This record gives sequence, structure tokens and C-alpha cells, in this order.
Amino acid sequence: MNEVAIIGVGMTKWGELWEKSLRDISVEAALKCLDDAGVDKVDSITVGTMSGGLFNAQEHLGSLVADYLGQRFVPATRVESACASGGLAVKTACMEVASGLSQYALAVGVEKMTDVDGGDATFALATASDYDYEAFHGITFPGLYALMAVAHMKKYGTSLEQLAQVSVKNHHNGSLNPHAQFPFAVTLDQVMTSTMVADPLRLLHCSPITDGSAAVLLVPLAVAKKMNKPYAVITGIGHASDTIALCQRKDIAKLEVVEVAAQRALKMAGKTIRDIDFAEVHDCFSIAEIMVMEALGVVEPGQGGPATINGLTALDGDFPINPSGGLKSKGHPVGATGVAQVVEAVIQLRGQAGPRQIKNARTALTQNMGGSGASSIIHILEAR
Amino acid sequence: MAMHVARNWRETPERYRMEAAKCKKCAAIHFPARIICPECQGREFATVRLSGKGELATFTIIRVAPTGFGDLIPYAVGIVKMDEGIHVMAQIVDCNPEELKIGNRVVSQFRRINQEGKTGMILYGYKFVPDLGL
Repeated sequence: MNEVAIIGVGMTKWGELWEKSLRDISVEAALKCLDDAGVDKVDSITVGTMSGGLFNAQEHLGSLVADYLGQRFVPATRVESACASGGLAVKTACMEVASGLSQYALAVGVEKMTDVDGGDATFALATASDYDYEAFHGITFPGLYALMAVAHMKKYGTSLEQLAQVSVKNHHNGSLNPHAQFPFAVTLDQVMTSTMVADPLRLLHCSPITDGSAAVLLVPLAVAKKMNKPYAVITGIGHASDTIALCQRKDIAKLEVVEVAAQRALKMAGKTIRDIDFAEVHDCFSIAEIMVMEALGVVEPGQGGPATINGLTALDGDFPINPSGGLKSKGHPVGATGVAQVVEAVIQLRGQAGPRQIKNARTALTQNMGGSGASSIIHILEAR
Repeated sequence: MAMHVARNWRETPERYRMEAAKCKKCAAIHFPARIICPECQGREFATVRLSGKGELATFTIIRVAPTGFGDLIPYAVGIVKMDEGIHVMAQIVDCNPEELKIGNRVVSQFRRINQEGKTGMILYGYKFVPDLGL
């Protein structure tokens, strides 16, 4: 099996991009990535997107992207795992290269979410739940994570202030990221008094609705070494699934799918969580980052909140999380998020993150999550 | 989104009667019914009707609703631990959502859930209400 390296990355500015279409942003991110790598022809394209059908009345994204990227006849595949579709695209492209099927495998993540109004976007996202037993009853994604937050607060005493600090920290990081949808800082007080969405989660605990795309180019390590460009190596992949419905999990104050995926990725890389220098994780809601920290083993169960307040996960902390600003500040175009996490990891490993650069970043972990924790994909990347 | 009538009609046993499946091999109860038991891989089940009674395990109050639920806000959605030991998610109604507490006893009732647009099907199913022991 070929070792796989990432030789190019690219992403669009994220936000409400009313003047740009689904195909515009996909091609923009992909071209930036190909230009970054200095490559003009690829062997395969994998597009990660959650629901072009519900957001844009457009499926068949593999062909759409291949066509408008000027790559006709290239095998193009669309993959879907709800909000983890981007992570799945990177994994699938990695398999293309590892297997020897492709030399240049492009992974594109995209979601164009503002072509429908807020109610329809909320509906589209809710289809990532167990439709007949969750969304049917009027639950929303903020609602599902609120149920987890309530359970976590009751079991461990996690406080509203601890939840809010996740958003404060991520907005600070995002204020240093020119691609972020909301590149500005927020205060604890602003978070804690923002509009209630699903008790106890307020607007500033929730990732936004975003248009955006991101892309990475994967090649065999042997090829990367000859390209005279900085690269990162994918040394671990962990992928797991869990019950589609939240209520069927034995403990909803725990993200077991993340724990299992992390163990798989770390084992493949031959590492422990202590070997990781920083992580990009799926903070779709503030409680998610706290629960992911615990599931990854960064802290003991129940210690995610206190550790966040104590600065463990800040940019200058011992275990920085979401230097990009995370889903909260950078934005969450669902299918693009998992790819953009890998883009940030590569930029950090190359030492090109400017004011948000983490010192001595050599080993990164990215954690992408689908639904209320029904799927998760984790990658471990190393600078060489 | 309006769907063919069959999309909703086939859910009648679960939505109207809370029918669950009890594994004949390991006795695990599954709601909704499954074709294979995730606990023991058993494939034979008996149909059992849930009592509808249980206690609130966790809940939230929805204040930003998806399409079709806007008229209800604010409304509570919770996970109920049924007396049979399994968990079910549904709305908690006929109460002040602000006064709900984890551990509250609730009981299911047959209610209108949603409507598929102005001319579509009216969808019914279960919601939970405070169990007043009536």
C-alpha cells in the first residue's frame, strides 16, 4: 500500500456567497489547490457534499465538478456522510492513492447552503438525523446537541460559562483567519446573552449556515518527495459509525463514535493522543468540542469544560484545538468542513498559518463528525 | 416536503400504536422494530406494544424550528426512558416547558404532529404529556 502525502491545499473565503454558485465555489477551491500543488491534471476526483439535492436541487456533483474544473472523463465520485462528508472525501481520495488506482487524487468538499431559506436549511440538516424518529418530531440539530449538553451538564456539572468559553476561544482564533465567515472576537457576555436557539444552546454556541468549499490534492509519498514542495503525510485514518438515533446510545453524554475512530487512527499512526501537537475538531456546537476532547482522550470524561476555561485548548495552550476558528467562527458548509480541517492542519504543519501559527507543529489530528455522532472520520497528519 | 401517502402510511404501527419488536433470542426490545437484533443478531421477534409510560431523561426547548413547526415554538422535545427500559424521543406537551425537570413522569398520547404543506397529509403520532396518574 502506498504511503499518501498531501501536496496541495485550497479553499474559498467562507460566508454567505450570494454572487457565487455551487459550481463556482467548488471549482475555485479546487483550482487554488491544483495551483498550490503545481498540477493541472488529476487521475480522480472525490466530492464530499451532504445534500446538493436539498440545498440546490443539484445532485451528481462528481460530474458537475469534474466538468467545470476542465477535467472531463476523469473518474469522479460523490461521497456522503452528512456533516462528515468532507472527511470521507479525504479518506476516499487517500484510498485511491494508497491502492495505486490514482497518482493525483483530488478531494473537494463543498456545501452551498444559502440557496434556500433558514427553515428549509434547518430541514435539510435535520435529514442527517433518524428522520422518522427524530426530525419527524420537530427536533433540530441544535436541539439534538442541546439534549447532549443537558445530559453532560447533569452528569459532570459542565457549566454554561464553560460552554460559552469554547465559542470565545474559537472566535479569537477565527479573528486571525482571513477565510473565516465571522473573523471577529466575541466576549463571554455576548455568548451568554445571545438569542436562545435550543436550551441551553444559544446562537453563539452554534455554527452558522455557510457557503464554502475546500480542496486537497493527494499523491503517493514517493511522488511528493520529487515535487520540491512542502507536504504532509497522512499516517492515520480512523472511521466509525454509531446508531443513527441519539436516544438509542447507552450514554448520550459521551461520543463513543469519536472514541472508537480516534483509537483506530492513533493505532494506525503508531501514536498516542500525547503525541499530537494540535487538533481541528468538529465544534458544530460548543458542547460538541467539549465532548470530542473527552472522547479523543485529551482530558478525562467531564473535564472538557474546566480544561477549556483553564486555557488548555487555546492557541498558546498545551493542546490547541481549532486554530482555524473551528466551525463556530470559520463557518460550517457541511460537506466542506472535513476537507477544510485537513487544509488547516497542512497549513499549520507547513508553518504558513501566520498570526495563528502553532509553534513547533509537527503532528496534527482532524476530527469530522456526522449527525449527532452517528459517524466520525479522523485523520492524523505529520510534517516530514 | 410532500411525499407519497405510503411514505407515512407504512409507519402506522409505530406512530399510532407504539409497536416495538422484542427479540425472541435475547429479549431486547427495539423501537422502532428491526429486522436483525444488534445485540445478538437474532432474526425472530414478537410484536409488543409499549406502555407509553416513562420518565424524562433529557430535554430541550426548541426556539428556532424547522419548516412546518414554526407555529409551535417554543416547544419541548425530550428523550423519555420508557418503563420497558428503552429510550424514545418525542415532543413533551400540555406543560410549561420552562418548568419541566429531568425525572418527570410522562405518558404518551396520540396527537397531530405536522402537516405536509397546505394541501398535504396531516401527520399523526405520539407526544408525551405529564403523567397525572389519570
